[in-house]
Parts: sequence; structure tokens; C-alpha cells
Amino acid sequence: PCARAAVSRSRAYHGDSVARLGTQPDSGSSTYQENYEQMKALVSQLHERAQYVRLGGSEKARARHTSRGKLLPRDRIDNLIDPGSPFLEFSQFAGYQLYGDEEVPAGGIITGIGRVSGVECMIVANDATVKGGSYYPVTVKKHIRAQEIALQNRLPCIYLVDSGGANLPRQADTFPDRDHFGRIFYNQAIMSSENITQIAVVMGSCTAGGAYVPAMADENIIVRKQGTIFLAGPPLVKAATGEEVSAEDLGGADLHCRKSGVTDHYALDDHHALHLTRKVVRSLNYQKKLDVTVEPSEEPLFPADELYGIVGANLKRSFDVREVIARIVDGSRFNEFKAFYGDTLVTGFARIFGYPVGIIGNNGVLFSESAKKGAHFVQLCCQRNIPLLFLQNITGFMVGRDYEAEGIAKDGAKMVAAVACAKVPKITVIIGGSYGAGNYGMCGRAYSPRFLYMWPNARISVMGGEQAATVLATVARDQKAREGKQFSSAEEAALKEPIIKRFEEEGNPYYSSARVWDDGIIDPVDTRLVLGLSISAALNAPIQKTNFGIFRM
Amino acid sequence: RTMQYGTTPGRSIAKVLIANRGEIACRVIRTAKRMGIQSVAVYSEADRNSMHVDMADEAYSIGPAPSQQSYLAMEKIIQVAKSSAAQAIHPGYGFLSENMEFAELCKQEGIIFIGPPSSAIRDMGIKSTSKSIMAAAGVPVVEGYHGEDQSDQCLKEHAGKIGYPVMIKAVRGGGGKGMRIIRSEKEFQEQLESARREAKKSFNDDAMLIEKFVDTPRHVEVQVFGDHHGNAVYLFERDCSVQRRHQKIIEEAPAPGINPEVRRKLGEAAVRAAQAVKYVGAGTVEFIMDSEHNFYFMEMNTRLQVEHPVTEMITGTDLVEWQFRIAAGERIPLSQEEIPLQGHAFEARIYAEDPDNSFMPGAGPLVHLSTPQADMSTRIETGVRQGDEVSVHYDPMIAKLVVWAADRPSALSKLRYSLHQYNIVGLRTNVDFLLRLSGHPEFEAGNVHTDFIPQHHKTLLPTHSVIAKEAVCQAALGLILQEKEMTSAFRLHTQDQFSPFSFSSGRRLNISYTRNMILRSGKNDIVIAVTYNHDGSYDMQIENQTFRVLGDLCSEGGCTYLKSSVDGVASKSKFVILDNTIYLFSMEGSIEIGIPVPKYLASASSEGTQGGTIAPMTGTIEKVFVKAGDRVKAGDSLMVMIAMKMEHTIKAPKDGRIKKVFFREGAQANRHAPLVEFEEESDF
Repeated sequence: PCARAAVSRSRAYHGDSVARLGTQPDSGSSTYQENYEQMKALVSQLHERAQYVRLGGSEKARARHTSRGKLLPRDRIDNLIDPGSPFLEFSQFAGYQLYGDEEVPAGGIITGIGRVSGVECMIVANDATVKGGSYYPVTVKKHIRAQEIALQNRLPCIYLVDSGGANLPRQADTFPDRDHFGRIFYNQAIMSSENITQIAVVMGSCTAGGAYVPAMADENIIVRKQGTIFLAGPPLVKAATGEEVSAEDLGGADLHCRKSGVTDHYALDDHHALHLTRKVVRSLNYQKKLDVTVEPSEEPLFPADELYGIVGANLKRSFDVREVIARIVDGSRFNEFKAFYGDTLVTGFARIFGYPVGIIGNNGVLFSESAKKGAHFVQLCCQRNIPLLFLQNITGFMVGRDYEAEGIAKDGAKMVAAVACAKVPKITVIIGGSYGAGNYGMCGRAYSPRFLYMWPNARISVMGGEQAATVLATVARDQKAREGKQFSSAEEAALKEPIIKRFEEEGNPYYSSARVWDDGIIDPVDTRLVLGLSISAALNAPIQKTNFGIFRM
Repeated sequence: RTMQYGTTPGRSIAKVLIANRGEIACRVIRTAKRMGIQSVAVYSEADRNSMHVDMADEAYSIGPAPSQQSYLAMEKIIQVAKSSAAQAIHPGYGFLSENMEFAELCKQEGIIFIGPPSSAIRDMGIKSTSKSIMAAAGVPVVEGYHGEDQSDQCLKEHAGKIGYPVMIKAVRGGGGKGMRIIRSEKEFQEQLESARREAKKSFNDDAMLIEKFVDTPRHVEVQVFGDHHGNAVYLFERDCSVQRRHQKIIEEAPAPGINPEVRRKLGEAAVRAAQAVKYVGAGTVEFIMDSEHNFYFMEMNTRLQVEHPVTEMITGTDLVEWQFRIAAGERIPLSQEEIPLQGHAFEARIYAEDPDNSFMPGAGPLVHLSTPQADMSTRIETGVRQGDEVSVHYDPMIAKLVVWAADRPSALSKLRYSLHQYNIVGLRTNVDFLLRLSGHPEFEAGNVHTDFIPQHHKTLLPTHSVIAKEAVCQAALGLILQEKEMTSAFRLHTQDQFSPFSFSSGRRLNISYTRNMILRSGKNDIVIAVTYNHDGSYDMQIENQTFRVLGDLCSEGGCTYLKSSVDGVASKSKFVILDNTIYLFSMEGSIEIGIPVPKYLASASSEGTQGGTIAPMTGTIEKVFVKAGDRVKAGDSLMVMIAMKMEHTIKAPKDGRIKKVFFREGAQANRHAPLVEFEEESDF
């Protein structure tokens, strides 16, 4: 019986085994140690900044909020999701240093995916301690991005509403355009029409446009003596008609649950409301159906924090992306595809938390072969319903006459087209540089990856700051030369310095995250978890068949 | 020893009916089985599924739950004995065991009553008769004067005859009024006058009686056996001094601190007592004993006692077997000289009762019940199993834990060790009290007497001790781990088994997850800030102290154990959650921590103070003072309930208006049944 048990437990013939990837780093080397220290410092900074953002509004605002018996938005989320379960938060740094002296921590809204009664849901929670929960442009953007994630991945939405509506002084940047305030309600309607449940929990005010969040929800809950819904608040009513009415009488829980029928469930307090919300999700009769196979998950062979020492913070220092893969995937098992061809791009299959993934990682600049290999690999994943993971660290495509002559533009286009069309879930992590067309081929934001994360060492811009400065300096020198003038090295330095500085600032992940160009900055150590959570969320949507367009041959 | 059954022709016992229930019925059946005697159980409707019914070879229903209509219904029991062809009836203890009429009835019906002749029951049942028989037989009795002559001279003479110290008591007295203890003749006159004045004032009657005063007496009893052939032996004494509500709670044999000389005198006096009434079968002669080890006859119990196992343990006998053999006409199996006295035994009686509430008896389901492992020197005498109910209709004793060891200190540590493993959830028990009692230094020293519990009340019943923060951490950990297990169970029956969302890792991005848990100790809420660490441990902060906590739950022998480490201190305890309460049982003791129920779920909770009031135990509603719509103030009486022969007044937990009264007078309410619902102050 022993022998039989052994055979049935694991498929013990070698045909199924996958080579382990990765090597033990020389942790005593000065490079490793320097890398480690630098990355560690960036991660510490990330944690410190996140810790600050986590607090939300000022201490005074928070105290006022809680003194009314209201929970802080993060506590609301903690109490909403299954106890002790993880929460995949997005864009913590939205609004970070975006409005000068006005601090809008987390963009005044907390979004993320968590399990509620066993169902992965998109949760959008206003933070009323930040400017009364009013919508800054970035708040709108973050809210709409959350809805986009929900739509793409078919996640039920739960809106924990506690907001004074649009930020009036900034109405021009929040109201008129397509992706402004109105889009929130548009999205609700569209998602509802596609059977993506919309649940609103009114835990504070929902004024004017805000009133449509609960009104357009499939099912909603309101907290007595706390939640209000009206198109115009008491001051506006008084101004318009002279009628004097309290907020509670105008749009409180009793009115809406008993009389108007605007709300469905009556909650005594925040805890009760969240409890009712969990019950609503329970009655969705929702079942997650996977389009992929799963296998028992297994931790990687190597400690995740070695990523600090391997990658470091210096983008000029190269590393083998396989070492990164080895610290992310199940059992460090990687089934590499076309290992000896176009080797500046690493492609292959692995599993993360038991889910299959096709991984595309950069090991240098993209050549024609690398691009063609990438396109091929994307096709394989699309045909097989395997989610794609892009580990982006790319300076761009190779330049030069020989390469242009070889047709690198059309080969690059093949990869870009393949990535653009791929309908399998795509997830991008920028683990180093993200420059130029490399960003396109490696599924940058414009290629609609389901999720895009950045490591704190990452940089994103059309090209590197130094290159840009050099280009501009060259142009300036040529200009001066045409005018017969000298271009001193001091002048050149004076020209280059602000450009480098500006690229450095604008390429910074915090700059990107502040503008919701990505879905968050993550600690490299958390990459595996974040990817697991992201794939899990992505698999709520059935995987669509991909139709590729014309590949220029 | 040789077994000789049926030596007396026509009196052999092949089948016995046990006219009892619970542990004693099981106890008797066990010996009957061993001896090859068929057993017949009788049961009331309340006991349909009980253990003694399962154990017996045959079982017959004899009526509804109240004992009057079942276990005390003589005719029905005789009927069953006849129809099942049982030759004998074993009455156990309680119920019909000392009922002369029943013994007589058995005799008339030709059924062997396993007990003494009815005459012995009668003689010993009347106090004054028994005392005079004993005095005549040379058994020391407590002397006294209850005469008409109330002259100073007469009283003083009698006091002298009885011997100081004496107690003079107002005939109509009570509550200590008109009572004096007089230690010498010198103070007699003064004390007498003072007592009379007080009695006159209090009762308008100054008639006095005198009794020998025994200061902090001990209750020492001797196990005796007699047979049909005129033989009687003693099986040494038991000390049953420690009592509450005049009921024994912990017994031991032999009595501590008694020298062989006194032991022999006790035994011989008991044998004289038995012989004086031509005693047959198992009996117990009770004495009170003073600090000088003088003893005086109190009464004789003409049955097998609850605490008989301690005697069995030190003498290596099976007294039920002896009963059977003697009833069958055999001689006592051992002569006096052959009866050994080895080691020391304790019996602790585990009751459904609330020591913090003057030992009020309880009832209810034994939702969780786990016991120490029985072995040669550990006996668990019980009639219930996990899932059974302690019924309001009968004695609330759950079990007797009997241990034996070579000497008293070892037996005592064994008792404590075993008590720690006797874990019950579902109702209040005295297990913790027994632990404190058996661990009391005075008890350890053997300084027992009948006032032991009142005297050491403070140390035995500490006002609510503060639960150690470490224990709170353990409870919180258990709760988290249980939650984790439930999540795991959910995960495993989905298709999506390995999603990191389905692991209770508490992970957050770039920030840590701290969860505020609230647990309740007594009436105090304890807030625990639990931070989930990435390595699976937790930092738990209570007030200003932070603990590093980790552990896991494991299952052993049907019980769940929590293995935990709090700041590096590892421990293992049994872990049970029931009715929003966490129970932790370990060698350090048992801990009970409540899980507060959110206000919005209060109506479904068992907390009486939330939405309404609930029945503290199963019982009958005697009186209802309120009706729907009444306004009441906190503390107002709402109902009176009768349960366990005690009145319980159900009081309003808060001010408010009564929405609904769920029971009318005379109705039966189950434990935790809502009795009255209050209206919510507003809305809904």
C-alpha cells in the first residue's frame, strides 16, 4: 500500500517534472549588499508613506468622524470583508503631492478587492475625513478606475458612500468630460446591465449627483441618523423654495426605507450596515467558475527578500529576470519557452498560487527575435487561456541602421499588436525601467492590462532622463552650431540638469501612482501575493477568445 | 476469592431490576454484568435515551418525568419486576432505597429487596428511636436535655451530666438568637440568663434545651455490612465533612488524621449499631467527631451510599457484588481480619450547580463533556454522556470522580490532575470550585470539618478574579484560528482552492492589518488589537501590553485543543466555543470568555440584558407580573420561575416597555428561552 500511495500522491515519473529556476545569490557580495540596502530603503520609505496615507484625514477630522459612531473607511472595509482575509488595495498614493498644500490621502477614496461572504468584490469607500469625502479630479479617476477593474473582471461592486459630492472649486476638472463624475453612474448602469451587481451602502451623505450611487444600485442599505440621500441638501432647498427641513427628514433612512423606497435595507449603525451588506452578497447566488486548471500552490524555493539584493535600486545595474521569476512562482518551477532564441526576452509557463501564468520578462533591450518570440508566446497563452504576466524592465527596442534595416519596427509592431489584442487577463509589474516603445510591447497602461503595479525602484517615461537631456542638448548644440555659436559644457550642464531632474521626478512611481497611471506601488516581497490576488480576481470573468489583427510580415 | 451464587436454594439472583437511574443504575448494572446477572432498567420519559437504559439488558418505561410518577411509583416497578421475571430489585440510593413500605412490598411479592429488612429501615428512620437503640447498644450518642423542668438547678445539673462544653438553645429559637455555648460550669448561670433574656425578647418564650456542643465537628461515617447469618463487619470510615447546602461534595477514605485505635473503636461501634438492628446488607453509620476525636452516633443510612467507591478503593472490594451475594443468602465474603486498608481514596462529586450563586443547582445540556482517562486508580462514575441533558427533574449530580493512590497527598494531587481534565460546557458546574477546594492548604493538611466551606468562603469563592491577559490572548487566538479553519473548509469545497483570497492571512498592501477584537470577561469588555504578522503570528495588544502570539488548533480524541505560544510560553488547552462563549481548559484552570454579540443580532443572542430576558434554567413559570405594553424599570420583577425546587425572580434588565410576554403561568420554559421581549426604543 505504501508504494501505491506514493504514486498516487505525486506524479513521480520524470516526464512531469519541471526544472527549478534560480540560483542562490552571493549575499556577501558588495553589489548584493548595496542593492539590498538601497531597495530596503525604498521599501521602508514606501511603508512609511503608506502608513501616513492609511490614516486618512487630519486627526481632528478622524476624531469628529468616529465621535459620531461612524467607522473610518478602512475599518469599514475590514468589517465588510471576510474576517482575516486579505484586501488588495489599489492606488494608495492617488493624489500624493498632487494638489500642492492640499493633502488628499489615497485620493480621498479607498478602492480594492476583497472577499465578502466568499465572493471577490470591488469595494469603493469614500473617506469622509478627507475634505468631507468630496470628489477631487483624482478621486473621480480612482473611482472610475475601480469600476473599470470591476467591469473587466466582472466583480460585484460595493460602494460605501460617505461623500459630499464633487469638489466645487475643481468642478471643471470633475464634471464635464467623459471620464468625469457622470461616468460613475454610467458605469453602474452598464455593469448592472451586464449582471455585475451594484450594491451601495449609504453611510453618510449622498448629495446631488452622489444620490445616484444608491439610486442606481441594484440593492442598497442605509444607516439611520447617518446616511442621507437627496438631490439638493437643506441649504439649497431653503435657497430654492424657502422650505426649512432637516437633513434626516429630507433624505434619511426612515424616509427612504418607509416612504420613498429609494433604499432597501435599514441599518442601525455602520456595523449593522456592513453585516447587511454581507447578507446581500450571500444572496447573490454567485459562483466563481474558473476557466483554468489549478494545482496545489507551493512557495518558491528562495526567500522573496533576496529580490532586494538581486534587483536593487540602480536601474543601470542589470539582473537576470529569471532570478525574479524564481522568487515569484510556485516551487520556483518555470517551463521556459524558446530559451535560446531572442534571449533578451524571457518567456515561459509557471504557476502562481496554483493558477497558470505565461510570463514575459525582459533581460535587456528588445531585438527583432525577442519581439517575434514575444508575439508567438502571447499567441500561445491566448490559445490556451493562460493569463499573461509582464515583468517589465525595458529601455526600449534596439536602435541603429542594421536593426531598422532588419525591420525591427514591424517585428516590434507584431509584439505590440499581439499584446494589445490578447484577451486573456494581462498583469504588468514594472520592476525596473519602462521606457519608450518597450512600455507598449510589455503591456504598459495603454494596453489595458487588468492590473499594473510598480516596484518602488521603477521609473517610467518616454526615455531615460539622461537620454532625453542628451537628445535635447544635441539639438541645442546643433542649433547653436548652425548659428555659429559655441555651446559650452557649462551651458550643456545647465540645460541638461533641469531635464534630468524633471524626468526623474515625473518618472518616479509616486508621481505615476499619484495620477493613477498604475494600480499601486508594491513591495517586491509582496509581488507573488499581489499577483495571486490579481489573477484570482481576474478569473471572475470568463476568458474571452482573442482575435488578432494583421501582423505585418 | 470463590464466587458462590445461589448457595441458598431458591434465592439465587439471575436477573435484577434496578429501581434507579443515573450513575448508580449504571454502577449496579456494571457489576451485574460482570457477575453474569441480567439487568433490567426502568426509566421515566425524561430518561428515554439515557445511559442506564442503553447499558441494561432490558429496559422498561415506567411513566412521566416527575419521580412521583416514575422512579417512586412502587406498583409500576414491582409490575416490571414481575413481568420481566427479575428475582431481585436493587434500589440504588435515594428514591425507594430507604422506603420501608417498598421493602415490605417486595417481600410480599416474593422479590428480593437488595437492602436491609424493613424493620431496620423503620428503626433507623426515626431519630429518637435510633438514638435510644444505639445508646442501649453502647454506641456513643450526643447527649442532651429536652425536658419540661426549666429550673436553673435542673438545667445546670443536666449540663454537668452531659459534660462541658454544652450548648443551650431556645426551644423556639432560630438564627442563633437565644443560643449560647457554655464552656464551663463557672459561666453557666450568666450565660443561661442572657440566653433567656434574648429568647424572651425574640420569641416571647424562654424555654431552653441543652445539648452537648461539638465544636467544628467532622462528619465521619463507617461502612458496615451484615448478612443473614448474623455476621457484621466494618469496612473502615469515610470522612465526608466538607459540605455545602448540607450535602457532601468531597469525600475521602480513610478519614485523615485518625489513629488506628480510634479507627477500630469507630468500626466496632458501627458494627454494634448494625447488630443492634440485625442489619443485613450495606449500611452506613454516621458519626460526628470533635477535635479530640470523640465521636457520637448521628444516624444510620440503610442503603449503599453515593460515596461508597472510596471505601471500595481502599479495601479492594466491590460493594455492589457484596450486596448481591448477601441478598442471595451468602455470608459476608471477607471476615473482619481479611479486610485490608490500603492507600487513600478521594471522591469529588461533580454537580450541575453554580458555586458563585450559593451553589444553586442547574440543569441543561452537556454540550461538551470530556473526562480524564479511567484506569485502575481513577474511576468515573457517571450516568451521562456528551449530548445528554442534566434534567431538572432529578438530582443534578453529573458524575463522581474517584481516585486512589498510596497516600493522601498523592491521591490529592491525582484528584486535582484529573479534575483539570474533567471539562464540561453547556451548564455551570462546580469543577473549578472542587479544584480550589482540593487545592486549599487547610484541606491539604486534612483540617476538615463541616464548617469548612463557610469558614474558607473567601478563598474558595474569590470574587471574580481578573482573567490574565495571556489567557485573553489565547482565547482571541483560538477564535481567529477557528475562523481560519472555517474559511479553509469553505475553500476546500470550491473549485478555486488555492486563491490567496481564501487564506486568512489578513494581508494588506504596504500596511499591516490590525483588527480590534472585543471579548468579554464577566461584565467587562476587553479590547484586543490583533495585528497579523506575515509569519503567521499575531501581535496582540491589550491595554498597554503587547504579546506575540501564535499557535494552532488540533483535534485529539474528539476534542479540539489549542496549542499556543504567548510571548514564548507554550501551552495546550482544550478549546470549546458554545453560545458565544469561549472555554479554555488547561492544567492552569478553566477560563470562560464571552464573545459579545453585536447589538443588531441581540435578539438572537443568549445575553439576557440585550433585547429581553431569558430563562436562567429550565423550569416552570410560577407567576407573571407584566403584560405587553407595560412600562417597567430596571430591576422590576417580571416573572417568578420555579426551577430545581427554587424560586427565581426574573427582573427587568433595563427600563422599557414590554413588547411581548412569551409564557403564561404554569408553562414550562427551557433554559435560555426568551421570557419577555422589550420594545426597541425606536424604529424597526
